[in-house]
Amino acid sequence: MTEKIRAERLSAWFGKSRALREITLPVLERRVTAIIGPSGCGKSTFIRCLNRMHEVVPGARLEGRVMLDGADAYAPGVDPVRIRRRVGMVFQKANPFPTMSIRDNVLAGLRLAGVRPPSADDLVEKALRRAALWDEVKDVLDRSGTSLSGGQQQRLCIARCLALEPEVILMDEPCSALDPIATAKIEELIHELRERYTIAIVTHNMQQAARVADFTAFLYLGELIEYDRTDTLFTKPSNPRTEDYITGRFG
Amino acid sequence: MDERWRRRRIVNVLAQGACVLAVGVAVLPLAALLVFVGSEGLAGLDWSFFTELPRPVGEAGGGMANAIVGTLEMVAIAAAIGVPPGVMAGIYLSEFAGGGFAKVVRFSVDVLAGVPSIVVGIFVYTMLVLWMGRFSAIAGGVALSILMLPTVTVTTQELLRMVPDGLREAALALGIPRWRTTLRVVLRTAAPGIATGVMLAVARAAGETAPLLFTALNNRFWSQGIDQPTASLTVQIYTYAVSPFEDWHRQAWAAALVLVGMVLTVNIAARIVLRHRVE
Repeated sequence: MTEKIRAERLSAWFGKSRALREITLPVLERRVTAIIGPSGCGKSTFIRCLNRMHEVVPGARLEGRVMLDGADAYAPGVDPVRIRRRVGMVFQKANPFPTMSIRDNVLAGLRLAGVRPPSADDLVEKALRRAALWDEVKDVLDRSGTSLSGGQQQRLCIARCLALEPEVILMDEPCSALDPIATAKIEELIHELRERYTIAIVTHNMQQAARVADFTAFLYLGELIEYDRTDTLFTKPSNPRTEDYITGRFG
Repeated sequence: MDERWRRRRIVNVLAQGACVLAVGVAVLPLAALLVFVGSEGLAGLDWSFFTELPRPVGEAGGGMANAIVGTLEMVAIAAAIGVPPGVMAGIYLSEFAGGGFAKVVRFSVDVLAGVPSIVVGIFVYTMLVLWMGRFSAIAGGVALSILMLPTVTVTTQELLRMVPDGLREAALALGIPRWRTTLRVVLRTAAPGIATGVMLAVARAAGETAPLLFTALNNRFWSQGIDQPTASLTVQIYTYAVSPFEDWHRQAWAAALVLVGMVLTVNIAARIVLRHRVE
């Protein structure tokens, strides 16, 4: 198993407050890595560092390195736009573009970057199929993206991300606003996507991490407490704080 | 206990009454104005008002076609000059500003919004009218554009702020460069709102008199070009209203009605469109 991404001594700040402390963590290729931990522990900040979205927040900065295929994503001269093309992201709150149809939402990443895809229809179908949304929307592709239900909107956002053929997909609590049925669909989807993509998913739901992830990292107060195979971390955690957390004694 | 309850009820009734009274006092002037302008204005309003030039003193009839066109012309000039930089400044303040320079810009916009319109008139008179050697629609348009600028800037900024950050992040995370994100996602989402806000600013400028008095002056005939003195509804109202002639008074009321009608129409239309978008 190769390391698709490796964070090395990664620290991050919002203004003066420190969100991450020297985190060193691999994200393995074509595996699902879950990041768990209580609210405010830096899970989201961590994955936002991986596709250079952290720096979008005013006053945010970071130290350390993020190696993507062995090359530092933060090296001088590296265009964050290129990193974000390779490392896609799905957010906690589904955010389809309200001014665009379902179809245009899927194509947005290409079109807004100035690319005119030659076979747009095929591309839309492929992305929607991979996002397990095609059957539900194939007859209403011209309807607004925001007319869909919450779970469908989230899968539309996944399709929008897949249409760019990213290498890595980061998911920031993608199911926290969804009901159990929609959640199950997304989890099923993650299972299918791991064949092709490297996935890192932030979740505050430990059962979800246990269900979808091959590897799990436990973050607490901005520090990496433990990283291991998911089954090991949940059955034989080596750190007492991990055990306290997964058994529900705090957090 | 019972005593307290009674006292609370009396205070409640009194306070409610005071509120209703205050609302009445606030709304009454508008209602009275509309009724008054409506009844007085309708008396002087006929088809020739929209098609004919003003007649010389003593001759009854005539219209203000030149003033209507003049107002539209100067408002158009003002919009052409004032709206693009206003919108761009709003985009800058909402999307890119940070640090000291942005504070300076924001402060300047606030100050500009507070400058009395007559002062803007004097400024344009000194800078443009004296330099060109004559009053003109251009000078009038420039004066109106200065009044429009801060309103357009603030409106644009506020409407862009209403665009959820999630959309900006969605676009950036798709690897779309910042400028395209601003243009194709943020601006596009806020566009209907900005358009209506701009319309309101434009409508407000149409009602200004002071900055036109000594920039565009007035003209009893069709203006010979945008570099010539030009009539406007507002200045015409002023001129006619202070004249001693009964017929002119009537026409001033008619002009007032037309002006109020124009501004009100734009206002209501803008609000309907805006409400539609918000839902």
